[in-house]
Amino acid sequence: MPSMNADFVPVEALTHRAGQFTYWRSLDELADPAERRECEPDGEEDLVSKLGEKSRRRFIELMGASLGLAGLTGCTRQPTEFIMPYVDPPENAIPGRPSYYATAVPVDGDAQGVIVETHLGRPTKVEGNPDHPASLGATSVLSQASVLDLYDPDRARAITYLGQPRGWSEFVSALRDSVDPLRAGKGEGLRILTPVVCSPTLGAQLEAVRKALPQAKFHQYSASGTHSARSGAELAFGRHVNTHYRLDRAGVVVALDSDFLACGQVNTRLAHDFAARRRQGNRLDMNRLYSIESALTATGGKADHRLPVRWAELESLARDLAVQIGVPNLTATGTAAHQAWIAALAKDLTGHRGASAVIPGEHQSPTVHALAHAMNAALGNAGTTVVYTDPLEIESVDQIASLRDLVQAMEAGSVKVLLILGGNPAYDTFADVDFASNLTKVNAVFHVSQHPNETSTLCNWHVPERHFFEDWGDAVAFDGTISILQPLIEPLYASQSFVEVLDAVLQFPPRNSREILRAYWMGRHKGADFELWWRKALHDGMVRDSALPEIKPALKVDWPRVPFLQPSGAGLELVFRPDPYLRDGAYANNAWLQELPHPITKVTWDNVVHISPSTAKRLGVENQHVVRMNYKGRTVEGSAWISAGHPDDTVTVHLGYGHTNLGRAANGAGFNAYLLRTSDAPWSGVGLQIENTGRLYQLASTQMQQYIDGRTLVLENTLDGYRQDPDFVSRPVGEPGRNQTLYPAWNYSGYAWGMSIDLTACVNCNACVIACQAENNTPVVGKEQVLSRRAMHWLRIDTYFKGNPENPSVYYQPVPCMQCEDAPCELVCPVQATNHSKDGLNDMVYNRCIGTRYCSNNCPYKVRRFNFLLFQDWVTESIKLQRNPDVSVRSRGVMEKCTYCVQRIREAEIRAQDEDRFIRDGEIQTACMQACPTQAIVFGDINQRANRVAKLKAEKLNYALLAELNVRPRTTYLAELRNPNPLLNQQPAGNGDRQ
Amino acid sequence: MAQRFSRNANTIARFSLLGALGTVVALGCYGYWIAESPYETRQDVPREQPVPFSHEHHAGELGIDCRYCHTTVETSSFANIPATKVCMNCHSQMWAVAAALEPVRQSYRTGKSIQWTRVHDLPDFVYFDHSIHIHKGIGCSSCHGQVDRMPLTWQAQPLRMQWCLDCHRNPEQYVRPVDRVFDMSYTPPPDQTTLGKRLIKEYHIQSLTSCSTCHR
Repeated sequence: MPSMNADFVPVEALTHRAGQFTYWRSLDELADPAERRECEPDGEEDLVSKLGEKSRRRFIELMGASLGLAGLTGCTRQPTEFIMPYVDPPENAIPGRPSYYATAVPVDGDAQGVIVETHLGRPTKVEGNPDHPASLGATSVLSQASVLDLYDPDRARAITYLGQPRGWSEFVSALRDSVDPLRAGKGEGLRILTPVVCSPTLGAQLEAVRKALPQAKFHQYSASGTHSARSGAELAFGRHVNTHYRLDRAGVVVALDSDFLACGQVNTRLAHDFAARRRQGNRLDMNRLYSIESALTATGGKADHRLPVRWAELESLARDLAVQIGVPNLTATGTAAHQAWIAALAKDLTGHRGASAVIPGEHQSPTVHALAHAMNAALGNAGTTVVYTDPLEIESVDQIASLRDLVQAMEAGSVKVLLILGGNPAYDTFADVDFASNLTKVNAVFHVSQHPNETSTLCNWHVPERHFFEDWGDAVAFDGTISILQPLIEPLYASQSFVEVLDAVLQFPPRNSREILRAYWMGRHKGADFELWWRKALHDGMVRDSALPEIKPALKVDWPRVPFLQPSGAGLELVFRPDPYLRDGAYANNAWLQELPHPITKVTWDNVVHISPSTAKRLGVENQHVVRMNYKGRTVEGSAWISAGHPDDTVTVHLGYGHTNLGRAANGAGFNAYLLRTSDAPWSGVGLQIENTGRLYQLASTQMQQYIDGRTLVLENTLDGYRQDPDFVSRPVGEPGRNQTLYPAWNYSGYAWGMSIDLTACVNCNACVIACQAENNTPVVGKEQVLSRRAMHWLRIDTYFKGNPENPSVYYQPVPCMQCEDAPCELVCPVQATNHSKDGLNDMVYNRCIGTRYCSNNCPYKVRRFNFLLFQDWVTESIKLQRNPDVSVRSRGVMEKCTYCVQRIREAEIRAQDEDRFIRDGEIQTACMQACPTQAIVFGDINQRANRVAKLKAEKLNYALLAELNVRPRTTYLAELRNPNPLLNQQPAGNGDRQ
Repeated sequence: MAQRFSRNANTIARFSLLGALGTVVALGCYGYWIAESPYETRQDVPREQPVPFSHEHHAGELGIDCRYCHTTVETSSFANIPATKVCMNCHSQMWAVAAALEPVRQSYRTGKSIQWTRVHDLPDFVYFDHSIHIHKGIGCSSCHGQVDRMPLTWQAQPLRMQWCLDCHRNPEQYVRPVDRVFDMSYTPPPDQTTLGKRLIKEYHIQSLTSCSTCHR
């Protein structure tokens, strides 16, 4: 099947008005390049022509009055401000300078060590902890966004009983009154439902409850949980193990439907290690990534070879691959599809014994997980690139069976008291496990969660859960490294932690979370040096050398007895995946995450029904049409997105959307895919029927916004092509000479700040975008405004496609402000609101800006963003606490853009000058650079030849966007290199044909 | 038809036009005058405070160093206002029952901050840093005036951008030896320009006038 082998099929007969058209950004554009020209400019809507004749007159009246009154606004007097000093200041607190505290951000039981910047007790920004194994200084999208969750105005603020506020003591007595009658029966009738438990202290508390009430039953359920990984490990080893990867040791990486480069707490480390074998300076030994996947993911887009297949088909391909690698006692499937591809991959893998890794996706079948374990064993990877440890879970259970058991007991009426610690089971359980209606059969239900959500409304008691930035706690990272979490701020609202609620069952009066945590760790770390150990653990943000020891589980799999998937049944295949940002929906009320464009589609505020181009054609579905999905007798409607690179006859939906009762950002965004998900097939099933309703539901995708038309902006080549022609980047560029300009000459005698972005390293995880938003007080605008092309992100990641739409090559390009030396924006400002700085920055002076938008119109890179409306929230008190005090909060009518985090530059300059020294290389990190797991972004002084950024800019792969304009951007790129397998057919090397 | 306007109507019209122009100019001047006046800048206006704290007494007569209270001035952008506890270091013994100090004792008892009125208040889009000015030899009195002679504190300078730029463009006119920074009675020597030029070299002082030096 040539189409499936078509990684690098060159596109022919696609012409563009600028000549040969190689890269495209959407299928519509590919079909008709003229389509693009119809689009309106960014942010501008012709509102006046939409008004009727009468209202146009009214509009002129209002505009005239506004103009007249606008002058008067200058007559305000600066309001009197007050200073409220401490009464008794805390030690080491210096007003005006932030403090940094180490803690960790746990997501689904998997923690990432972070360092949080706080300003006088307000956490404002999350950075990675360079010593923590899951971070190494970088952060995931979720860690970055967690600070907004803390200040979410929709958080629960008080304990409630049937919606009425109650006190903690009332809750404690109510809980004890409910549990006490069960004590005679040793807890018979008490059930406790938690998400996956990895926190040692929470585990110990649950164990204490188990000891006190041995008949009580415990259930764990996380919707995006590791169901398959657990079953797969049991299949392979007869026991659950925790698997993690050392990709810095791997020359060949195979992703079996795994999006391991996407956001997630462990993925930060995986991306770091992956890029360590790929980015500039490490190319002699460049790794190779193969991806076989059921939907185009950020990882697949990065792959050197990508094979889109149906979810169910993947198992047989993995099996054939395993046979060819030499996994014993396994027989090939005998199918003919993709055999050349698999053979080439197998050959590459067997050539990299002990230096390759096969990574199964969390939402693939248990058999694929078992096959991956077997392949890694056969290749000698276990112990080198693939590391096994005991599970991170305190108690590893089959979560689906556990949930079923609970619901059956609820139905039978044998659950007297139900304690739900976290989670949202009324929303995120399976359609065939009717949790919500059976919940009403339990008399006493106590729910603890950060938001009052779909589940809380069905419970008698609701207790606000403390955010982990407000609380004491502990968590483990992917390798078992323990972190002690410390509070960074007093709890904003009357809230409790899980361990305190459990303590209320155990004793009266219950202890607080700090006492419980310390008591547990005193028991575990015995010795006189406990206080020292404790303080060091808090200071470091982790307990050093606490990673779980490596184990060497023996393969016990009996392949002939393993049931292989036989795809059956009529209809399309439906695949469920956790959303890359919202995960199982727990983060759905985080407006930053809602507005963060999805990695490939760039859709914001919605999930979509992914369909391949040819399947869509067959079904008569067009982009953004509402389709009715009929699956196993259930129906859900969603908006279709025709996805390039998506396999045929399969449909992918993301979980986590379609909330009805969570908060103002979550409610109404997207559709709820849980309504189709069944417990017998949690990740995929066949029998889907798609029906086009014909209605249009507009999706706010930023893919075609801020679009630079008719130019080739991504330069790429293969590694071999680069070796043969190292000058492919510079050769075709007709860059004008330095003196061919009318701009005044600037002399940068001191610092000259510049940035280099390595396209080979960028994996489109979007951590930089959220880091920028958090650092620079960038507002969220909402779906309607994103549709009007008014999203405010200062940094965007452009995605380009090349080749066959059924399996295109994908390229990512982060675009911040280029900080041109000869900046077109500066000359056109009538009020001098944007000016050149001494060190080469294009300064933006918000208080001078009168909103003419000339600068934006004259910017060739489309990086300036305008506050068309009052996007900033000036009202909500809790949101104000998040703001970075070192950056102005912009109001309506003001232009803004990336400043290279000038507040950090100036702060570093002042500190260096205070100490009478120069700024060291690497001392200043922009927010995007600091968050980036792959070190794709490097910032520094380009005047110093020895600096990292200057060395990167001297590389042969270095190029500037639109160099022909001679605006001399300070941000430059390193062309992308890919490392395709010579055995697989490939494109003619290089794209040096810049236009 | 008879003429409706007499001949001197032309003169009236001319004077009216001139008058209108004059009024516009006068209004503009008046606006500028207001904007630059102490009414707007609050220069030289003593501000009322919950406690009538006298710098004249504490810094002048008693000779307490600026940094005894404003501890962070050398390390931070913000020169902090002392905590209640710092006041109570002395005033738990001296003037321990004085009525004027009741707000201080009340703050100490209740744990609630004293609400001081801000005297030097730059707009929120201006990011000023004390520490760097101290380290580069800009004296307290250069911007804050002779605080040791202020019974109630007022703003001694206009704090307009023009005023900031005056020094940023010509630092040699204002810089002084760093060991005299906290000296309230420092008067520049007659050869300030020579001294200034020498200190600029010695302290590596730059003339920073980029917008982002202060606006971020």
